[in-house]
Amino acid sequence: MKHMRNDLRRALLAALLLAAGGALAQENDAGGNPRDPYEGFNRAMFAVNEAVDKYAAKPVAQAYDHVTPLPVKAAVGNFFGNVGDLWVGVNNALQGKPADAGNDFARLLINSTVGIFGLFDVASELEFEHHDEDFGQTLAVWGVGDGGYVVLPLLGPRTMRDTAALGVDYLADPMRQVDPVAVRNGAGVVRFVDIRASLLPSDTVVDQAALDKYAYIRDAYLQRRRNQIYDGRPPRLDDDFADE
Amino acid sequence: MMKKLLALAAALFAGSVFAQQAPDQMVQKVTEEVLEIVRSDRDIQSGNTTKILALVDEKVLPNFNFTRMTSLAVGRDWRQASPEQRQHLAEQFKTLLVRTYANALTGYRDQKVVYKPFKMKPGETDVLVRTEVQQPGNKPVQLDYSLELKDNAWKVYDVTVAGISLVTNYREQFAQEVRKGGIDGLIASIAAKNRSLEQNQGKK
Repeated sequence: MKHMRNDLRRALLAALLLAAGGALAQENDAGGNPRDPYEGFNRAMFAVNEAVDKYAAKPVAQAYDHVTPLPVKAAVGNFFGNVGDLWVGVNNALQGKPADAGNDFARLLINSTVGIFGLFDVASELEFEHHDEDFGQTLAVWGVGDGGYVVLPLLGPRTMRDTAALGVDYLADPMRQVDPVAVRNGAGVVRFVDIRASLLPSDTVVDQAALDKYAYIRDAYLQRRRNQIYDGRPPRLDDDFADE
Repeated sequence: MMKKLLALAAALFAGSVFAQQAPDQMVQKVTEEVLEIVRSDRDIQSGNTTKILALVDEKVLPNFNFTRMTSLAVGRDWRQASPEQRQHLAEQFKTLLVRTYANALTGYRDQKVVYKPFKMKPGETDVLVRTEVQQPGNKPVQLDYSLELKDNAWKVYDVTVAGISLVTNYREQFAQEVRKGGIDGLIASIAAKNRSLEQNQGKK
């Protein structure tokens, strides 16, 4: 059984690499967007993810959203936020922001104790702001270029830089230390569902607003990443074409 | 005589400066007014599109500069658009934004808007007013307004949600349409989108 699963995994990986290779070969075709060099591959993967979302992830997230009372949802979100604060602090330190890093470690300390293992976000009440950092942002601050946009299976939009950083984020994830494996996997699923559920309200807006959903999500993702890298204060790209 | 005239001019100038409301106060006033109406109106909460559109039309739209918004969304191709095409574009884009985002208002009940500290240098004509929407059980969302001073009034020309500009996020999609069918092609595709949204909303 285990053997078969491995084979299946290998076959999937091979198929993916083939698809990626094919798409990369035809990169930068006519009218190509320089920020999206693998558009052919990305659009195909986007369609796959949309299908998975429609038939699996979204219904589960909707069910979770529907049956879970607000305080529980808040506690789940707080719990994973607290677990993440350690890594957020490390990244702030790596980015040369010791004050922010101190804030993050203080949050972790407060929420893990007074906040009962992170179920309550007491630190925010005390005006310790929650930051949003990961290793991809650290690389960006260190000057690594984004390497183009890429849509990953299941995980969705990333840049090449963030894909590389993902491995580091994964290794640093405290949830990886959770034992036994069943609990760890269960927690992983809950985290995924929690994130997906928090995005439910924006689904309709994206569907209504977009002329081309793929491009809308791509550009929104790239803008949001830029905003995160600049900690919410990106310099305005001044390119105004009004000549009034 | 000259002195009197100068004094009068100074008084008039000062008057106009005081008449114009500070941009952060304007954003706060409009937001609070609209939220208060949304929170107290059952019809709006249950998604009455006509009523929502009327509210947006009366309270929100007068504070927006849609020509500037559209030029930002269209980007480089704006230069090649005729005045007539620009007008059509601005009309269709306005309809699209209103149709898309007006309905999002119905969800506002427990949210709280926090206004970030705002400072402005004297004589500045382009500012960013930063707010944050706090919602129970969810992460707060950064919501920023770009405003410019024009004809003695501050008008919003861009809205940024969690760092995503609702305006410039259209640029690639619009450029795509212009490549396919020119400016008129772009106008037609936004109009088609608007019609399908209207039909869907009619169904509800």
